[in-house]
Amino acid sequence: MTSTDQQPFLSVRDLKVHFSTEDGIVKAVDGLSFDLAKGQTLGIVGESGSGKSVTNLTILGLHDRDRTAIDGEILLDGKELLTATERELAQLRGNKMSMIFQDALASLSPYHTVGKQISEVYRKHTGASKKESRERAIEMLKRVGIPQPEVRVDDYPHLFSGGMRQRAMIAMALVCDPELLIADEPTTALDVTVQAQIMDLLKDLQQEFGTAIVFITHDLGVIADIADDVLVMYGGRCVERGTKKEVLTDPQHPYTLGLLSSMPSLEGPVDVPLMPIPGSPPSLLNPPSGCRFHPRCAFAEKVAGGRCSSESPVLEVVDGRGSACHLTTAQRQELFADLAAVAQHN
Amino acid sequence: MSDTTPLLDVSGLTKHFPIKGGFPIRRTVGAVQAVDGLDFQVGEGESLGLVGESGCGKSTTGRLITRLLEPSAGKITYSGQDITHANRKALAPIRSEIQMIFQDPYASLNPRQTVGKIVAGPMEINNINPAGGREARVRELLEIVGLNPEHYNRFPHEFSGGQRQRIGVARALALEPKLIVADEPVSALDVSIQAQVVNLLQKVQRELGIAFVFIAHDLAIVRHFSQRVAVMYLGKIVEIADRDDLYGNPRHPYTRALLSAVPEATVDETPARERIRLAGDVPSPINPPTGCRFRTRCWKATEKCATEAPPLVQVEGNKPGHLTACHYPETADTVPAPRLSKDPEAAA
Repeated sequence: MTSTDQQPFLSVRDLKVHFSTEDGIVKAVDGLSFDLAKGQTLGIVGESGSGKSVTNLTILGLHDRDRTAIDGEILLDGKELLTATERELAQLRGNKMSMIFQDALASLSPYHTVGKQISEVYRKHTGASKKESRERAIEMLKRVGIPQPEVRVDDYPHLFSGGMRQRAMIAMALVCDPELLIADEPTTALDVTVQAQIMDLLKDLQQEFGTAIVFITHDLGVIADIADDVLVMYGGRCVERGTKKEVLTDPQHPYTLGLLSSMPSLEGPVDVPLMPIPGSPPSLLNPPSGCRFHPRCAFAEKVAGGRCSSESPVLEVVDGRGSACHLTTAQRQELFADLAAVAQHN
Repeated sequence: MSDTTPLLDVSGLTKHFPIKGGFPIRRTVGAVQAVDGLDFQVGEGESLGLVGESGCGKSTTGRLITRLLEPSAGKITYSGQDITHANRKALAPIRSEIQMIFQDPYASLNPRQTVGKIVAGPMEINNINPAGGREARVRELLEIVGLNPEHYNRFPHEFSGGQRQRIGVARALALEPKLIVADEPVSALDVSIQAQVVNLLQKVQRELGIAFVFIAHDLAIVRHFSQRVAVMYLGKIVEIADRDDLYGNPRHPYTRALLSAVPEATVDETPARERIRLAGDVPSPINPPTGCRFRTRCWKATEKCATEAPPLVQVEGNKPGHLTACHYPETADTVPAPRLSKDPEAAA
């Protein structure tokens, strides 16, 4: 399932995104690398401020170029995106790569009909006639499961329900059969039953078109449902990556373990207190020295010489699997097992 | 549920918001039936979870119990006293016993007041002077909720989301309430912080013996927090039961579908729960379906469901206290529901 088979479709190498603000430099993304093959889904998990959304806005070139210092490489099908001109990017956006945002109401224009907004994308990139692109819009609405697409195509977004708006967004994102789809918390604002519909839809469409999907979420349950590979971000850095199964069943980084054990579940014992991660996420203006997770980490003192607060752990990825932590494998096995035992006894 | 008088007894609680329209004279042309005939009880020190999707009326219910909204019909009895239409003066002593925790810790704290003033606010309004002074009490409360009492003079913007929610909890505890209505208290927080606040609320509930009405859309959190759980759909309770019965033996098709839609962070090739995919969206509460309100999305609906609203009763096979409003309740061996077509109106 790892994406090392051939030339990856999307390749991000040592990406750094720094914003200059009045208060100083915000290191939103600080050295991130990943690959994604066609037809695969990469899940990016992280809390607010972990840099997951900034990464993806940068891939699409939607950042403010005057205030952002970017370093690294983003290759889409072998083409460097960071040095591409605005004109070149405009050719790619909506065509080869597109994005679904969290808040569908804010991302659709209230002044234009849904059909117009979808067909505009198609016309721009294919040069199709108005009539053709309108038919294409109806076809797309039908494909994402909007009832009576011939009628609803002329509706304005406010006449759609939350789930239908998100479907319309997906229709717009997929109208040119993009090869890369970036979905930034596409289901967070939706109810669970609608969320399930949207996830099924994305999976179906991926099977049909072989789209590569980057799926950003804070919900590990959603990751378990949709992702092939998972990347866990904390404080602008990747702390752990691997296949979905590896990360969810055998977490190697204390942060991933913390996330998993702080989540209540629908099964298992109920009268056990949850195990939260103490403290709160770091400020990216002035991130902690060394490992960015060390102020909240239960195991920081187990590492000799205070290395956690002085030295940044390096993410070593072998076969798509790795974590950035100073703990040795033996220590990790021992400590994580202890924690699991504590959880059982509580 | 104990046999003694429950702390809170709600029967037939209804709230219809009128819709005005027409020209030149605006008349009431319809109503949003946000809450339509709820019956439930909350015992002392008990936690009742209210779950449902957006628009099901769970928040309205919370605001009705706290009398922030005026009920259209029905009866709310608190400690044996009818407070359905009690006036401001009659409510004053009761208001200090029923407190609320809000969803958004950024909007629910006054940015111009210090933490000390915010937490002391309820004592000031009710003119309560605890022994040792208000300030000492506030410091004690801050300690209970896990904040540093030295932060007494700080402003809300100096705190993170999780800490702000703790301030909200401290404020709710200031008057030693008997009942707290918590409306989505953790949904605005980050995953790693949610657990901190849930644990805090649980500690408060157990140690101080406070009853909770815990409103949330997250079924896993409600399962963790509440001993009894009520599932709402379009303004009605469709199922109410003790936690283990509701999650282990859901009888209403909606409860079952809702549970199966929650994504779990497990990698299981053969999921234990069958997946039910509901088609379409929740219908509008302005013009809800006749009969059973869930029938437009239900795979079992028949003629009877369209004409006759199912009562909330203990259906055959349920334990006492497990009530289900369905003509065709699910059983453990019910065949998994077929995957519904993606065309929501085909089913309607």
